[in-house]
Amino acid sequence: MPYLFDTPEQRRHMLDAIRIQHVDELFAQIPPEMQLKRELNLPPAASELALQQEMEQRLGQGGTLLKTCFLGGGVYDHFIPAVVDEITSRGEFYTAYTPYQAEASQGTLQAFYEYQTLISQLTGMDVSNASLYEGGTAVSEAVFMAMRINGRHQKVIFAGTLHPEYRQVLQTYFARLGTRLVELPHTNGVIDPKTCRAAIDAETTAIVIQHPNFFGCLEDVAALTAIAHEAGALSILAFDAVSPGLLKKPADYGVDIAVAEGQPLGTPLQYGGPLLGIFTCRNEYIRKMPGRLIGKTTDRKGRDCFALNLQAREQHIRRDKATSNICTNQGLLALRTTVFLATVGSRGLKQMATLCHQKARYAADLLTRIAGVSLKFRQPFFREFLLQTPRPAAEVLGALADEGINVGPDLARFQMTNIDGWQNCFLVALTEKRTRAEIENLAKALKEVL
Amino acid sequence: MRNQTATQLLFEMSKAGRGTIVFPKSDVPAVTSIPGIDNVHLATEPLPLPEIAEPDVVRHFVNLSTLNMSVDSHFYPLGSCTMKYNPKRHERLARLPQAATSHPYQPEDQIQGLLSILFEMQGMLAEISGLPGISLHPAAGAQGEFTALLTAAAYFKDRSEKRTRVLFPTSAHGTNPASAALAGFECVQLAGGRNGFVDLDELKTQLDDRTAVFMVTNPNTLGLFERDIAKVAEMLHGVGGLVYIDGANMNAILGKTRPGDFGGDMMHYNVHKTFTGPHGAGGPGAGPIAVRDFLAPFLPAPVVTYDAAKNEYSLSTPAKSIGQVRTFFGNVGILLRGYFYIRTLGGKGLREASENAVLNANYLLSQVKDFLEVPHGDRCMHEFVASARKIKEQSGVTTMDIAKRLLDYGFHAPTVYFPLVVEEAMMIEPTETESLQTLDAFATALRTICSEPADLVKGAPHSTAICRPDEVNAARKPVLCWSAPEC
Amino acid sequence: MKPDDLRFAKTHEWVAVDGDIATIGISEFAVKLLTDIVYLSLPAVGKKFSPGESMGEIESVKAVSDVYAPIRGEVIAINEDLPDNLTLLNDSPYERAWILKFRMADPSQFNNLFSYAEYQKYCESATH
Repeated sequence: MPYLFDTPEQRRHMLDAIRIQHVDELFAQIPPEMQLKRELNLPPAASELALQQEMEQRLGQGGTLLKTCFLGGGVYDHFIPAVVDEITSRGEFYTAYTPYQAEASQGTLQAFYEYQTLISQLTGMDVSNASLYEGGTAVSEAVFMAMRINGRHQKVIFAGTLHPEYRQVLQTYFARLGTRLVELPHTNGVIDPKTCRAAIDAETTAIVIQHPNFFGCLEDVAALTAIAHEAGALSILAFDAVSPGLLKKPADYGVDIAVAEGQPLGTPLQYGGPLLGIFTCRNEYIRKMPGRLIGKTTDRKGRDCFALNLQAREQHIRRDKATSNICTNQGLLALRTTVFLATVGSRGLKQMATLCHQKARYAADLLTRIAGVSLKFRQPFFREFLLQTPRPAAEVLGALADEGINVGPDLARFQMTNIDGWQNCFLVALTEKRTRAEIENLAKALKEVL
Repeated sequence: MRNQTATQLLFEMSKAGRGTIVFPKSDVPAVTSIPGIDNVHLATEPLPLPEIAEPDVVRHFVNLSTLNMSVDSHFYPLGSCTMKYNPKRHERLARLPQAATSHPYQPEDQIQGLLSILFEMQGMLAEISGLPGISLHPAAGAQGEFTALLTAAAYFKDRSEKRTRVLFPTSAHGTNPASAALAGFECVQLAGGRNGFVDLDELKTQLDDRTAVFMVTNPNTLGLFERDIAKVAEMLHGVGGLVYIDGANMNAILGKTRPGDFGGDMMHYNVHKTFTGPHGAGGPGAGPIAVRDFLAPFLPAPVVTYDAAKNEYSLSTPAKSIGQVRTFFGNVGILLRGYFYIRTLGGKGLREASENAVLNANYLLSQVKDFLEVPHGDRCMHEFVASARKIKEQSGVTTMDIAKRLLDYGFHAPTVYFPLVVEEAMMIEPTETESLQTLDAFATALRTICSEPADLVKGAPHSTAICRPDEVNAARKPVLCWSAPEC
Repeated sequence: MKPDDLRFAKTHEWVAVDGDIATIGISEFAVKLLTDIVYLSLPAVGKKFSPGESMGEIESVKAVSDVYAPIRGEVIAINEDLPDNLTLLNDSPYERAWILKFRMADPSQFNNLFSYAEYQKYCESATH
């Protein structure tokens, strides 16, 4: 133990109070044949200084600092204002737990209520929960919720332009439940509403759309949603958390459930976790919602206050009939996003989204001027696009990395073999952080690589 | 001394035209027209997000933070949640560039340091559990349960066995049945176990060739080590079923005994409980799982492997993997804090941590049992469950009242009304990072409260900013979002 | 209605019969067990149920329970006032807090239900 609390005399006092000689006696509950007779085979204890030095060696370099990051695919290298780190690292937020005792947690509870409101403002949706694990599981949770709402369990339709990892999670979650997952093939990088109309039927619980989609392209969410509603199915949208700064909000398209990966709004990449699952829906569905919800109410003296609400849906009460098995929320990351949105505000988010879009347009323009390089899909995009070059993407990305530039992921990573020329395609993503010089450098490097 | 202005809602503080400049002007040509976007997708009105200058944002949140109790500020004996100290040293380490800023699609050769640590972590968790197959993938304990159950289902399917039922005792965490239902199993709850342990006779009547998994927390939610756990495992294995150990209470047994040594086939860790993590007002967690060798081929993807010949770490997919249960690798930021903790303590230190956690719990038990009933004996592991049943009969003061009154004394409340098998339950877990002085002060406060006038206790808390929210009205007419007042 | 005139299901619904029309509600015992009811969801008119099928949900701060069909039938009316006046469940469980009306498919099923005396005995044994 690195922290020394009690002196030998104090320990003696404690043992005496329990009426035992040695602490081992407390473990007599464990049958002797099950007790470990040796020390765990682990590295010896390291002091703070020694561990700091070792970790600086092993983790002190790299990340996105070393290279220029044009990586996309759901999480992005965005700027995080210092205020986000400073506020969230306050111990009172950082080391509190689930706000079971409302009187001892008003700080957390109000911040989560503000989070829910900010996410409602961002999406235009009526209600946000206090967050789920991350974007991919949020999609699966949304499908479960749709099943609870319309009682249809047989079939789910998802866009072929959905993030391949989100699709993977869906498959894992529903593999054992006998639900058919039907993929809508895309036409030139987007879903043609006609294919959706042909695939949907009275057994379909929901359609899952991503917009901007995995390839960066914009989908006709309104048309797809209308088709879902005609068939009595729900429309589930996975959106880019930055996009409402420039594009329409999920609610503008009429969707029933909108989810997103919230990482772009103030959470560091951390090799993909922990992240933030944004989860919103229409008012009439709140009792079918997974995850924690904070509500405003009054206390005994009539004062406004905040408390966990609608807990009876949750696993600690409803057990096998709960709306989800989720027990945690992503509290710290929800707080990060709350501070982030409060700081950048409406204008800041618009500026951020506009910068992402302008830089993506500039980059696409420069890159497609290189001989043999083209946009795989000639569609409007927001901040990310799929590029095709004459050489295998793996080689191109490797060569660019050697030049200090990370781009991707490539389609080969996900075995997306149903796209012509998939071996040669990769994503390029832009954030407000990428400078004109970095974009021009990418174009120069790509030209040389090819 | 409360700053009431600063703790108004953000939306009440907002005024159009305020704000903070964060982003630079664009350095690329402006895009004027956006074919295909303009009329279809472009937002038509600005988002209604608040507009506040950064100093006011800071003052707002700093003032809000003071309305919280936390481990950094208070003793927080919330049973089953293991609210131990979150070492500051981990926070600095977790901010090192490769840990904090690696993109999940970054090439593996750029993140060898990080992958080597995750690989080591897999080995450590295998050693601590006595179960060799590790997946760091699940996002939290509940997802670990779900993932392990899917792993078991894939194993049974591979053997062409149709096993549909998952069993658990009444004292199980709510996540157990919720995860089993989500994984497509039929949930069977055992009724018995009045003395706090699994009732073997009842278990026997429920076991047959439909049995897939028995989920049990050990030490259990009463803070007792399941003394017949080996027999339980033998019975399960006898009918071809598997034993799942809910690892929520691993903090009691590190280096003392291992799930793999007492018959467990699968388990999850709650990294923030057994090791450390910031807890963060309810998350994030990380829920790595450990399984026996024959289950390892079914674990989710990806896992970290090491090629000694090339001295290279990479990600790979187990042969018969169930796939992914979430996006990307796992909650690396939390896993790393667990790793730093294990490295800081070493094998001996982990054992001492468990010893101290158990010693602290037993000492506290010895200090409260003369005025507070502890239905399941005078020995416990790292936590114990007291009951205010008799106090309620005598004076009407409930466990909830006592919990609220503790806040007035500057202590966070224990877990209340769990497990369900104890009336007026109060689950107390001091953890190993508390001193004798703190424990004594807490016991004294509890003793004082138990002899205070009922009205005083029932009116508690008296010192907090608010007192007992109206949950009934909140649930009848939920207000989950601020809306602008009608003008 | 007096509880003596009603029949009860093990799952705590009460039933009153008039011809082939059954009126269904929730017993006072169940309401007390749930404490303050905060939400009630009702099925649509026209839906058909078999005994033991869930017709809707009743939620308190502490728990969510299903409301089960005590007999086979089709919903012909629901008490639309009830969801907004949930205290009726406490104040008038056997009168104003009726939940829905059923056209019974098989009126003889009514006789399979508990009498009030039997139901009281059942509740007593369930609490001990």
